[in-house]
Amino acid sequence: MAFNVNSPVLFAVAGIAVAVVLAQSVFFLIKAWRRGVELGMDRQKLKRTARTAAVFTIAPAAAIVISVITLSKDLGVPLPWLRLSVVGNLSYETIAATNAESAMGLTFGQVSALSAQQYVTIAAVMTISIMVGIWLVPLIGEKLLNGVINLENRDKKWGEIFSASMFIGMISAFIGYVFCDFSGVFRGETAGLIPVLVMTAAALVMTALGLASKKKGLRVLADYALPVSLIAGMAAAVPLTAWLG
Amino acid sequence: MDSRQSYIKSVHRDGRIWNISVAVILMLVPVVIGLVYHTLPDWHGLLMGLIATAPMYWAVGAIETVTYVPMLGAGGSYLSFVTGNISNLKLPVALNALEQAEVGVSSEEGEIVSTIAIAVSSIVTTLIIILGVLLITPLTPLLEAPALAPAFAQILPSLFGALGVVFISKNWKIAVAPVLLMLVLFIAVPALNAGTVGIMVPVGVLFTLGVSRILYKKGVLS
Repeated sequence: MAFNVNSPVLFAVAGIAVAVVLAQSVFFLIKAWRRGVELGMDRQKLKRTARTAAVFTIAPAAAIVISVITLSKDLGVPLPWLRLSVVGNLSYETIAATNAESAMGLTFGQVSALSAQQYVTIAAVMTISIMVGIWLVPLIGEKLLNGVINLENRDKKWGEIFSASMFIGMISAFIGYVFCDFSGVFRGETAGLIPVLVMTAAALVMTALGLASKKKGLRVLADYALPVSLIAGMAAAVPLTAWLG
Repeated sequence: MDSRQSYIKSVHRDGRIWNISVAVILMLVPVVIGLVYHTLPDWHGLLMGLIATAPMYWAVGAIETVTYVPMLGAGGSYLSFVTGNISNLKLPVALNALEQAEVGVSSEEGEIVSTIAIAVSSIVTTLIIILGVLLITPLTPLLEAPALAPAFAQILPSLFGALGVVFISKNWKIAVAPVLLMLVLFIAVPALNAGTVGIMVPVGVLFTLGVSRILYKKGVLS
């Protein structure tokens, strides 16, 4: 059979794997929902959680589609579709594909046609490299979570601070990242201001929506504050880039 | 065993079955393609590609597991480590859901809320990518339009601006030191950028936990 990076066989193989992962998500959704109802949790609260998560996901998911398009120029559509639906993200997959291609004397972004052997090699490197989390969570996930619960049982207040500190630690790393090109501003390169101003715009919209929801008692504003602020920040990036980029 | 423990136990049991099954299926993908096209990998390319990629990814994967699992909860962890895009999608969606529901992730309600949010996000992401794959020809010029490129390039600053203001305003005493540290590091060290932010997350988490412990012991966070 002649090899083609967009062959129907490859779509079928990727489609089966994606279908299994979709089934896993549906399984856990139903399991958690049933347990929530069993515990007497407010159904409206569960529905709000699901609705907000769905709306919030749209913009980042569109960015993932762009990543599929980017990688598809070298690898065809099925492999990037699989890699970005399961485990991966653009930077990991690009680095893995670049390393695999350069190990075979190819240059990422300049590949016109891959042989079946090259394709299998790239798919194997991308798959083996990224699998740690999938294997490790079943091995140590329960112990880690039991450790956190034991800590909370010993000292409830410290347990709450512990959780908040983990979230803040993660968020602070990303806030730092927003400033990674900021030093260029001192040399007159204003592009480093763009992410900082985008972050500020999103934070301001989030604050305004939070205050308005409290003052007006509009729950819906709080529910959709994050996706609206995300889109507002992204929208602000367009004129800011035209101005400062 | 009470009903909470038995539910959480069942989440871990099901999660193990699902994740190990998915791992096996993923490992089989290159094998099946090789069988269909009667080819073996280029062993030299495979080895060199893995040497260049795997050690760093395995180390980062191990650190991410230890860092993110306590924030995602049981069901959320099994799902997130299969579906990927954790820091830019699954974790923010879980954090927002917990915040809205006013529950902690280690409570059973928190476990349920986090799992529902991450499951819905995973389903929506998968469906949008399928739609994108089906419509790739008409969508490519639209999604790659120069006018939209700046918006998609700034997703993370926008996301963490919105998320950050909520968490920092509620926990400002905890947040001051790690935010200042990360600002200094990212501004002063040129090697820190989009590619290395994942490595800085555990650094930020460990530093924040250390500072919080000291503040707690001194009674500042009581």
